Amino acid sequence: MSNNLIVEREKGLVELERRIAELREASAAQPLDMSAEIAGLEERYQAILRELFGSLSPWEKVHMARHPARPTSLDYISRFDRFDELHGDRHYRDDPSIVGGFAFLRSRAVMVIGQQRGRDTRENLRRNFGMPAPEGYRKTSRLARLASRLQLPVVTFVDTKGADPGISSEEHAQSEAIAVCLQTFATARVPIVAAIIGEGGSGGALALAIADHVLMLEHSTYSVASPEGCAAILWSDASKAEEAAARLKLTADDLRRFGVVDEIIVEPLGGAHRNAQDVVTRTLDAVDRSVARLSSLSPEELLDERYEKYRRLGEWQAQSLQPAGTAQ
Amino acid sequence: MMREWLPSRRARETPRNDAALWVKCPKCGEVLYRRDLAASLFVCTRCSYHFRMSAYDRIASIVDGDFTEIASEVLPSDPLQWSDKKSYQTKLKSDAENSGLSESVVCGFATIGRFPVALGVMDFHFRGGTMGRVTGERITRLFEEARRRKVPCIIFAASGGARMEEGMLALMQMAKTTAAVARFMEDGNFFLVVLTDPTTGGVAASFAFQADVIVAESKAMIGFAGRRVIEQTIRQRLPDQFQTAEFLLEKGAIDMVVDRRELKEKLVRLLEYAVREPVSP
Ligand SMILES: [Zn+2]
Repeated sequence: MSNNLIVEREKGLVELERRIAELREASAAQPLDMSAEIAGLEERYQAILRELFGSLSPWEKVHMARHPARPTSLDYISRFDRFDELHGDRHYRDDPSIVGGFAFLRSRAVMVIGQQRGRDTRENLRRNFGMPAPEGYRKTSRLARLASRLQLPVVTFVDTKGADPGISSEEHAQSEAIAVCLQTFATARVPIVAAIIGEGGSGGALALAIADHVLMLEHSTYSVASPEGCAAILWSDASKAEEAAARLKLTADDLRRFGVVDEIIVEPLGGAHRNAQDVVTRTLDAVDRSVARLSSLSPEELLDERYEKYRRLGEWQAQSLQPAGTAQ
Repeated sequence: MMREWLPSRRARETPRNDAALWVKCPKCGEVLYRRDLAASLFVCTRCSYHFRMSAYDRIASIVDGDFTEIASEVLPSDPLQWSDKKSYQTKLKSDAENSGLSESVVCGFATIGRFPVALGVMDFHFRGGTMGRVTGERITRLFEEARRRKVPCIIFAASGGARMEEGMLALMQMAKTTAAVARFMEDGNFFLVVLTDPTTGGVAASFAFQADVIVAESKAMIGFAGRRVIEQTIRQRLPDQFQTAEFLLEKGAIDMVVDRRELKEKLVRLLEYAVREPVSP
């Protein structure tokens, strides 16, 4: 029994998928023509997909963003032309919930940094469910500074529930680690492209997402607080999480309207994990296009544009944001 | 746009607490006469418990002469048309009435000792000191103007983090203020922060921990994650001193812990190192 809405919904589909695969196999082994039967089943399969996933609510997107099979940072990084991982914060330890290092993307040298959750329980324990500790943010700052010095564009993948809320993280000044990360990204003299590929959980996500160009997958979420946390605090009622998800405006469409996100990567029907190969290819294409465009700017132009971009965000005049508020 | 304002008069006008002639110390139980409490800068005269201070009381306790407020015309609105148990607009209105403030930060220029400074003071009594768009906008304007004037900037932080009722636009204020602080500091200007009770979340994880010198008030609660969130995560009770100013000092996260009654003197001393003119100690 999964507590993920989308996984629950997929259970019946798995059975249908197996029957189609069996028929295909049987049809290949026998002279009998079963193509009509296969086509019929596939049509039904597609119809159910459309019905289940054709239009997702914000709450359903929250679950899609957390889907255990959703492509993670390493699924993207492994499709770079080359990757040489660098480890450690040079102070205390290496944090496996952040993966980073030198890479080649379409023959261009870059620094890539991503938040990494696990695919199974064992890996999740090792990677702390993708919740970085201060050491992870310090590794991130170190790599971003290095990239700035070597004039390598920075590419980040954002996928975290949030920064780790533990005793050790507080003892090692989580606030300072994130604050310095923000500072480093705000002042890096190289192009920065960030892709929100799963959950973008609050300040712990933003620490890797101050960027000249921010991409977001269609069903990813990016939020000031988790819907559950928001419901617990503002409604004092965790069961209001679904309503909180709708109110928080955490979807790619909402955030594109607000100017928090610059470009949306469309996902296949049913989510990125249904055709990860294709989603990763198109995301890397988009990253590559942005890096190429930004690379033609001087460091001064880059920094000025980045400053203006964030300077404008959340302009205070009520009327300037009314259209976004009326959506939903 | 700028508002001249006399600290001494405003301090008397602070609406909150005026009704209560006697205030009970939540720590030692001592019943304190309000005027005595104000005279001791809202520090319990018996046990040194630091009460949370309102922004204008704080300014009055720190500046010499006038305080020229900026960006007070920048007022909050409701970009998401938010509503939970109450509507966001109702909350803004009642917080404004109760605190006498229009947002969670008051920004302006003043003199401390003989040093002109930019001063931003957050107030926990307005939306728990949370950072909304206008909080971020006022702080950003303060740093931009301080950079133009080439004066040090002092921020008194007090915050529950980013304001949820404004969604991602609130979170983005971490990025916006960070960018302004970075430009200010890159020009060689001095940034000092005073962490007061409580400073957490998005404010702790942005400008508050980007300062050159980090001072904290005695016993202030300072951290990234809230105490309850950590306790729920680890399923055990945290020790009392966890996330206090003294705890952070021991862990190396801040420069010093100061009793509020000695704070102004300390700030002047620190400014003497950072500002060459017109020092003659
Ligand atoms: Zn007391």
